[in-house]
Amino acid sequence: MAKAAVEVVDLVKRYPKAKSNAVDGVSFEVETGEVFGLLGPNGAGKTTTVGVLTTRVVPTSGVARVAGLDVRADAVAVCARLAVVPQRQNLDRSLGVRDNLVFHAAYHGVGRAERNRRADTLLERMGLSDKAKAIADDLSGGQAQRVMIARALMHRPEVLFLDEPSTGLDPQARLFVHDQIRSLRDEGITVVLTTHDMDEAHKLSDRIGIVDHGTLLALDTPDKLVRALPGSATVEVVAEPGPGGVEPLRVALAGLDGVARVETPPGRAQPGTEAFRLSVTCEPSTLLAPVVDLLGRHGAGVRDVSLGESTLEDVFIDLTGRDLR
Amino acid sequence: MSGRAFLAVLRRDVYVTGRELPSFLAQTLVQPFFFLLVFVVVLGRGGFVAEGYGEIMLPGLIALNAMFGALQSVTLPLVFELSWTREIDDRLLAPMPVWAVAVEKIVFAGLRGLLASLLMVPIGLLMIDVHWPADGLLPAFAMVVLGSLLGAAMGLTIGTAVPPRRINILFAVIFTPLLFTGSVQYPWLTLQDLRWFQVLSALNPLTYVSEGLRAALVPDVPHLPLWVCVVVPVLAIVLFTLLGIRGFLRRALD
Repeated sequence: MAKAAVEVVDLVKRYPKAKSNAVDGVSFEVETGEVFGLLGPNGAGKTTTVGVLTTRVVPTSGVARVAGLDVRADAVAVCARLAVVPQRQNLDRSLGVRDNLVFHAAYHGVGRAERNRRADTLLERMGLSDKAKAIADDLSGGQAQRVMIARALMHRPEVLFLDEPSTGLDPQARLFVHDQIRSLRDEGITVVLTTHDMDEAHKLSDRIGIVDHGTLLALDTPDKLVRALPGSATVEVVAEPGPGGVEPLRVALAGLDGVARVETPPGRAQPGTEAFRLSVTCEPSTLLAPVVDLLGRHGAGVRDVSLGESTLEDVFIDLTGRDLR
Repeated sequence: MSGRAFLAVLRRDVYVTGRELPSFLAQTLVQPFFFLLVFVVVLGRGGFVAEGYGEIMLPGLIALNAMFGALQSVTLPLVFELSWTREIDDRLLAPMPVWAVAVEKIVFAGLRGLLASLLMVPIGLLMIDVHWPADGLLPAFAMVVLGSLLGAAMGLTIGTAVPPRRINILFAVIFTPLLFTGSVQYPWLTLQDLRWFQVLSALNPLTYVSEGLRAALVPDVPHLPLWVCVVVPVLAIVLFTLLGIRGFLRRALD
């Protein structure tokens, strides 16, 4: 097994004057070359966890290691091996785009010829060659994001931390960022991603840790997380209720073997019809015949039937609840 | 590794100063130029100000430029960098200790203060008659270096202590009193009949830089002994550097 690129053991962070721990005993490992997603609602503790790993937040207790080095004892060496793409634009506004890259490499001790060569290559790769002299303030959100990714790659980090990489980007920029993250993975760079975008997390991550209230609630591959959700597949039925009305139908459907729960999906029913979403614990197609049969016996007319899978969002809501933060 | 990073960050600051040279010159030279123009040329013309006042004021203005040139190079940029823009993050993630980023700020601001005060010399020489003793030039240069480092260290302390929402009080409550109680426009010993103001001036470290420059350049004007003008700034530099680094660590790390 490859050595861990990131290792977190019983990490606790309590900010001064805070009532509770922002991070409350989190442990996980990220393997070298993996794309690891940290998923959680706002204020769940994911940014604080990444802050500790990137030496910007001093942990209250616990251990955090990046590339095998302790982030407190070896902070300087850790900084040489990681790179951060923050959520907020923090480019050096006194410098042009290319100078942002070149000076970043200089801070990290990359020689002059080499850093100029890398800057040109990365600007090209990020489609920014014509923006080399632009000032950070004149860039669009997507362009600034690409510059920050290019800057992060200038010193060839082993571990790259991306905080909400596509928040506020248009779909084109988002897709571009996603492609870049995939190719980083192919180059063997370990990527730690924090996000609350479910699709993004599912699409990009090899494994996902779901965090809330400072603790790690679940940790697995996206597919396994979804499959572990009770009633992970769904059958949706739209029907015209028979003479008995809606309630007997609902009760009868909930009583079928393999049906975990019955919900009313919003916005699916037409006037005069009723929609049901059955979360099922068996193969959903085996329920088609029993469902249609049952509706027929109640004198209801079936208008639409569809099968579906749960998504990561269902897992997320199941674990973290529906409360607003 | 850390040494290389330190020099690279310093080179970044020098490079940016080079790109923004006109605004740097305006920031450092316009105010002292008008001080000389009004107090020496304009008021001296009708005898409102005694003859020879220019000789008293010029060393004070050189001291002022050393200290404020350095102070302004740290304070305002730091307030912005540590809050809204977070531009400093990329340097905090450079492979060097966080305290070294603070020390770099002091070194760079010290260089700016030195340059600002040296640029003041030719302007002063063009506007007023001076007769500086040759053997005073070296001590004067040492005082300018001390004044620049003092301003840089104070700038670091102020820049990390002032929350961004309070930035508007910086000028009224900190800069202006520092400017007018630093014995720039008057020799400190002439304040004996205005005791409370003399005490106030003694609390401003700039006083010792101004007095030290006068001791070196216009020794006939009553001044504090040179050793006092060296010891007090040195102690103040040590104190404000430690306070500034502490404040910087507090703001840079959570």
